[in-house]
Amino acid sequence: MAKVLMRASLVAVSLVWVLAAQTVLAAEVKRYVVEGSRAAELDSCVEPTERMRRMHFEFIKHQRISTVHEGIRGTKYSLAGCVECHISYEEQQPQPIDRPDQFCGACHAYAAVDLNCFDCHASVPNGGGLDAEAQAAHRAAGVEKLVQSGRNGEGH
Amino acid sequence: MTDKTDRAENEIDSGRRDFIGVAAGMTAAVVAPGVLLHTVAAAPRSEPVTSDVRWGLLVDTAKCADGCSACVEACNDENGLNLQTPPEGEPDRKWDAQKAVWIRKVKLQDNQTGRVTNLPMMCQHCEHPPCVDVCPTGASFKRADGIVMVDRHLCIGCRYCMMACPYKARSFIHQDTTDQLTSVPRGKGCVESCNLCVHRRDYGEASTACVDACAAEGHHAIVFGDLKDPNSAINQKLKEIPSRQIREDLQLNTGVRYSGV
Repeated sequence: MAKVLMRASLVAVSLVWVLAAQTVLAAEVKRYVVEGSRAAELDSCVEPTERMRRMHFEFIKHQRISTVHEGIRGTKYSLAGCVECHISYEEQQPQPIDRPDQFCGACHAYAAVDLNCFDCHASVPNGGGLDAEAQAAHRAAGVEKLVQSGRNGEGH
Repeated sequence: MTDKTDRAENEIDSGRRDFIGVAAGMTAAVVAPGVLLHTVAAAPRSEPVTSDVRWGLLVDTAKCADGCSACVEACNDENGLNLQTPPEGEPDRKWDAQKAVWIRKVKLQDNQTGRVTNLPMMCQHCEHPPCVDVCPTGASFKRADGIVMVDRHLCIGCRYCMMACPYKARSFIHQDTTDQLTSVPRGKGCVESCNLCVHRRDYGEASTACVDACAAEGHHAIVFGDLKDPNSAINQKLKEIPSRQIREDLQLNTGVRYSGV
């Protein structure tokens, strides 16, 4: 009986350790998603988080060619999409995403990688051109596309 | 007897007719919103552009009013060009010559007759664009649907294309830019020009900012459309009124045509 009790308690202790170790691991990985952005409410980006961390530039680098040269705007990878979802607001003013305390800026500062997308691209969602109705329609269509799309980002 | 049968059949027929009428009405009611929704919510393009279409403009200079700059302002607004600010201490004259413009209003006068012609001058979207010929990096390119544009990811800012263009259509961005529009990324060190509102093309919209503005002013001097579609508004107009290409001696086969010059 004592032996059984002993074994059970050992198993319990080891289980606790395993769980604790996992929590520590999770805490060690820095999180740059800014609270209050739409992205903070989602489980993952258009790809699993790990994949996005390593591959996000690959995704948008290929996407930019298909957009500029082939006019394809309905892909799930899009810099405008990054900005749209990861932007955070202070007093209802969108904060430029390349600023060192914002999503793109903070991680790029940590990794010491130059970020020059926003020399040309808008660092806050800045609609202009299309009217609100059309934008809403496109967004709806874009999300629909994202759900249907089975592409894994390597086929193009 | 026969009369009776006929009447009976007629009754059946009218009943059937009513039913078909109702059914058609119901179908229309169910389908119509879908059709409308489809036309309004044109989805962003998901297939590569093809050479089945060639976008172009037709400018009727007889309708282009002196002193009106609605198209220029609409273009500036659409593409965020009105967000440019002059560098500190730059004299107005120099700034006017240096700032990026995609459309210029040009006034021509025939000195012998005194006849004055106004026209908007922008990238002519040549079939054989000299700017593409001279570009050392492939940044200046012609899209399959005939739009001549700059891939700013590849542009090194050498400005050969500006030299090569017979229409003075291209501009260079000399300074850091801020507050760009999401649909029109633009930044220091790149050349740019009219791209026939390419973002509108990719979202399936019907016309360009300049065409809309000209129509809103009541001039209707610019027509936008597909040069390859024989039924398009632009082709109907081209068939109807005399038009020409500017510097047609260069044989560039421009996509922007003018009438009355």
